[in-house]
Amino acid sequence: MSDIVATNQTILVVGGGISGMTAALEAAEVGKQVIVIEKTPSVGGRVTKLYKYFPKLCFPTCGQEINQRRMAANRNITVLTMAEVTELSGEAGNYSATVKISPRYVNDNCTACGACAEVVESEFDDEHNYNMSKRKGAYLPHNLAMPKRYVIDPALIGTDEATKAKEACPFNAIDLDMQEETIELKAGAVVWATGWRPFDANKIQPYGYDRFDNVITSVEFERMMDPFGPTGGKLVRPSDGKEAKNVAFIQCAGSRDRNYLRHCSRICCMASLKQSTYVTEKYGDEANVSIYYIDIRAIDRFEDFYQKVQDNENVTFIKSKVANIVENHENNNPVLKGVNTEGYHRYENEHDLVVLAVGMEPSVAKDEFPIELKLNDEGFIENDEANGGVFAAGCSADALDVNRAVQSATASALRAIQVVNRVAQAEG
Amino acid sequence: MSDLNTSMVEKYRNNFLKEVEAHVEEGEWVKMCMQCGVCSGSCPLGPHWEHPPQELFMMIRAGKREEVLSSESMWMCTSCYNCIVRCPRELPITHIMHGLAHYATRLGIEPKGQPTRQFAQLFWDNLAKNGRVNELWLGVNLYFMNGLVEGIKVAMGMAGIGLGMLKAGRLSLKELVGGHTVKDKKGFKAMIKKAQELEAARVDK
Repeated sequence: MSDIVATNQTILVVGGGISGMTAALEAAEVGKQVIVIEKTPSVGGRVTKLYKYFPKLCFPTCGQEINQRRMAANRNITVLTMAEVTELSGEAGNYSATVKISPRYVNDNCTACGACAEVVESEFDDEHNYNMSKRKGAYLPHNLAMPKRYVIDPALIGTDEATKAKEACPFNAIDLDMQEETIELKAGAVVWATGWRPFDANKIQPYGYDRFDNVITSVEFERMMDPFGPTGGKLVRPSDGKEAKNVAFIQCAGSRDRNYLRHCSRICCMASLKQSTYVTEKYGDEANVSIYYIDIRAIDRFEDFYQKVQDNENVTFIKSKVANIVENHENNNPVLKGVNTEGYHRYENEHDLVVLAVGMEPSVAKDEFPIELKLNDEGFIENDEANGGVFAAGCSADALDVNRAVQSATASALRAIQVVNRVAQAEG
Repeated sequence: MSDLNTSMVEKYRNNFLKEVEAHVEEGEWVKMCMQCGVCSGSCPLGPHWEHPPQELFMMIRAGKREEVLSSESMWMCTSCYNCIVRCPRELPITHIMHGLAHYATRLGIEPKGQPTRQFAQLFWDNLAKNGRVNELWLGVNLYFMNGLVEGIKVAMGMAGIGLGMLKAGRLSLKELVGGHTVKDKKGFKAMIKKAQELEAARVDK
């Protein structure tokens, strides 16, 4: 990795999700040198796990392909996958970062032919599917993975299977002696785009995510729609694999709640409205969707989408924060209890499947940042002069949908460009 | 209606929320309710309330003074604290319920003959006498709350348990005459008196 050239005019982008990719592309396409540090084996982040975008209901794969082409075509971008920034110090115009690169055990001879995966039998939880399914010990993270190279799970190292995989590779791409590397990089500005993670639904005790098979999260529900996903594109109940036609969505699962996340996660209302169309897409008039909400926050032009869903006779809106969930032991149906505040009607509603519209929290906890940054109470990075040349992009800055994350990333790219331009002027 | 009630009606004409904020314990939280309904859904006695907490909060904001203060609803609260634990805005709902009940009592417009209220009064009178609860007299008073005949019936029904408690030393017949007290009864009475003065000053302000 000694061939990486980084100077005080380089922009370091931490995180290779949609925000990081956008910031990197915007900066690189005006001629700046950019290094992208991505923790997982491929770029794309959470967007690659989505079935459709709201409000147009188009497929994220489309925009993802365009971004990947732009990245592949641009010589100014260097992408380091399986890499993490462990230390960061300095000031605007002069940062140095320590980056730890974990071994992939596959070099760039790899053509993603899949011969190694055929001989490997060990299976592990598939992170791409939120551990709802298994993947092989030699695997491609997902179909759109970039770089399109396989990964050998570190658990395989030292076993016969690893040797078998190595022997099976026709291109000599597997290098089992790869070691963890630590490199030092210079940078003039940093775009911090580490994004978000779904709030841990286990913490919402009354909803029983940890106890009931048929209570799942919105991100898991999203994976079910993927034809290559854990259920092969079927909307089914985890307990018995039966079709889930009567589906309940619980809004603000973790958000706007001083016991969990205090902020409004902003995406969950639209996500559930979008996901309600998945149920009608699969089951037509047999679909029966209930959305339990405090208030629907479909901001500005999303109102049209909200009205369209409201007009659907198969979707019911119930103004209520669900008090708790119990399970009907005969059929494993979750039973939702609470009070509909429109008329104060007490209900006990049984559904096939319950989807918790979980909130967004920053994927880096407050005390885990390698450099001191000004954060707000929720742990998102503030746009503050005290942060020097470190600029937050996308969900590191706030709970944002993809559209707004991209806007935020473009803005932070411009801020970073200004910093490295100043350095360039000073250095002549 | 008491004089206090009349003066409060005069003072807070058309703004019951302000009245609650000023005079009800933890009343300043009422405006924070966002009407999600999780308290009502979580209340184990929920189906027996005429107006669950979040409805009471809305009624306060809507200025339904009479309906709220004369309601039996907040007297149904058993202080299980389920609502406080689940409230997304951390409203001290249990305390507000007791605050409302207490304020209604102070104004003299609480529902008459409400059993929870009667028991609370019995308990207080009993405790305030010696600084300790005299369980024997509390039981006796409770049994005869609804008249002599009803009282004898209840007492007969509970006789087995009473004898068992006597045997196990959980109940003493000595309590019938005098009963146990706090060490410094005079000090205790002075403390209660002062607390009542402070409370009165707060409510009357």
